[in-house]
Amino acid sequence: MKGDPIITVRGLRKAFPTNGGELVAIDGLSFEVREGWITAIVGPNGCGKTTLLRILAGLEEPTGGSVEIDGNPIRGPGADRGMVFQEFALFPWRTVLGNVKFGLEVKGVPKDEAEAAAMRFIELVGLKGFEGRYPRELSSGMKQKVAFARALVNDPRVVLMDEPFASLDAQTRNLMQEELLRIWEATGKTILFVTHSVDEAIFLSDEVIVLTQRPARVKKIFNIDLPRPRDRTSLRFNELRRLVLKELSEELRAANGAAY
Amino acid sequence: MGRFRGGRAIRWYAKPIPILAAIALWEALAQSGLIPPHALPPFSSIAANFAEEAITGRMAIHLQYSLIRFGAGFLVAASIGVPLGILIGWHGTLRQLIEPFVELLRPIPPIAWIPISLLWFGIGLTSKAFIVFIGALFPILLNTIFGVVSVERVLLEAAMTLGAVKEATLIRKVVIPAAMPSILTGLKVGLGVGWMCIVAAEMVAANFGLGYMIIEARWIHDLPLVITYMLAISLVAYSIDFGFRIAEGRILRWRA
Repeated sequence: MKGDPIITVRGLRKAFPTNGGELVAIDGLSFEVREGWITAIVGPNGCGKTTLLRILAGLEEPTGGSVEIDGNPIRGPGADRGMVFQEFALFPWRTVLGNVKFGLEVKGVPKDEAEAAAMRFIELVGLKGFEGRYPRELSSGMKQKVAFARALVNDPRVVLMDEPFASLDAQTRNLMQEELLRIWEATGKTILFVTHSVDEAIFLSDEVIVLTQRPARVKKIFNIDLPRPRDRTSLRFNELRRLVLKELSEELRAANGAAY
Repeated sequence: MGRFRGGRAIRWYAKPIPILAAIALWEALAQSGLIPPHALPPFSSIAANFAEEAITGRMAIHLQYSLIRFGAGFLVAASIGVPLGILIGWHGTLRQLIEPFVELLRPIPPIAWIPISLLWFGIGLTSKAFIVFIGALFPILLNTIFGVVSVERVLLEAAMTLGAVKEATLIRKVVIPAAMPSILTGLKVGLGVGWMCIVAAEMVAANFGLGYMIIEARWIHDLPLVITYMLAISLVAYSIDFGFRIAEGRILRWRA
């Protein structure tokens, strides 16, 4: 049900072996991702945001603690968790349609059915008429829409997005954020994304989780109770921005202090 | 600037002009007596020879022999080289075990295999096809390995998050299509090297074939005939490459 936890992270630890030691990226991290919500994770650069997302996607194994989806431990990647990569990772040899139907094809869905379903999602993201194009023929914004549609077609429990708007120019970025909200409202999907943009996190999310500098833990969780559509220039929006930025800049300062 | 930009694209009808000009120059030099006919006979005599070999059907017989030997060797090389290359490229451990063999065998020129090939396979089709096989195998194998090793990790990860978690599915749906440009390059180079090898192989212990005819024509001091068959070898290679590039362009439409 909406608002119930889908993903539960408890005491997560992730360490990478290095020359003669280990780099602890995440330590003692706990939080929940709630059904039907958009959750944003913000934190200083290099704090392990992407690592966290990769663990949830099953692309990395945790060193300690537990990560569960619907009460089952996450072991390896699976179609129940869709992922939109920062660089989109479209298959260049497949058309838009070919990319979007990939998951269904792998699942063994009959071709006609898979293509009809893929077309519905291509239409949903506003790319009808482009289904025969190859990725090289698309703009960044369009590529991202394809990546999103490709993840959605599998009807995942949650969509994980790694810095989804980082490689877009400022104008496309705002447009794509609105597109994301429209598609989220149409599908009711649970979305978890990481970003370093506080503005983006507050504009999109129901919940913003601020992480500490490495090793990452939860520093503070903000509930964003602003009604949608949100006005980036409103008083409350900027108040929230200030609160989140304050938490974040403490971490940035600590990170820089440690570095110099 | 032309050097950096590859120059302006020339029109199709301009392309044969340098070749025609060279032929005209060749003909003029030979006819004027500046080059003696025993060094380089005039192009017209080559053309006449070529026409005769073609019309009498003699060339077709030799061509057929060469093509069958070449085709057999190349097909075996491709059907071993591509799957083996995918396997080696995909399994890092296997690659480390097999690479020393490849690196030791690769520098041996295919022609150096001729004596062993004759010993192992006799003087028939197999021994000649074997030389083609050796020549074509390494470019196919190495390019396939390179293609598989170069598959972007994020594409594999994307496929896995979309439910393609079985190794066989990943190889079929991601590795092979992603490595296809390299695989095709390997096949293209393999075709060229293999064709050169067949000509060399036919210069030893053969009674038919384009390569055999060059040696045969030399024994009877028929220089125009030597050049005629050199030309035939060149034209066949050109046609094979031309056909392959068209197929390649179709398969790699997504790249353009």
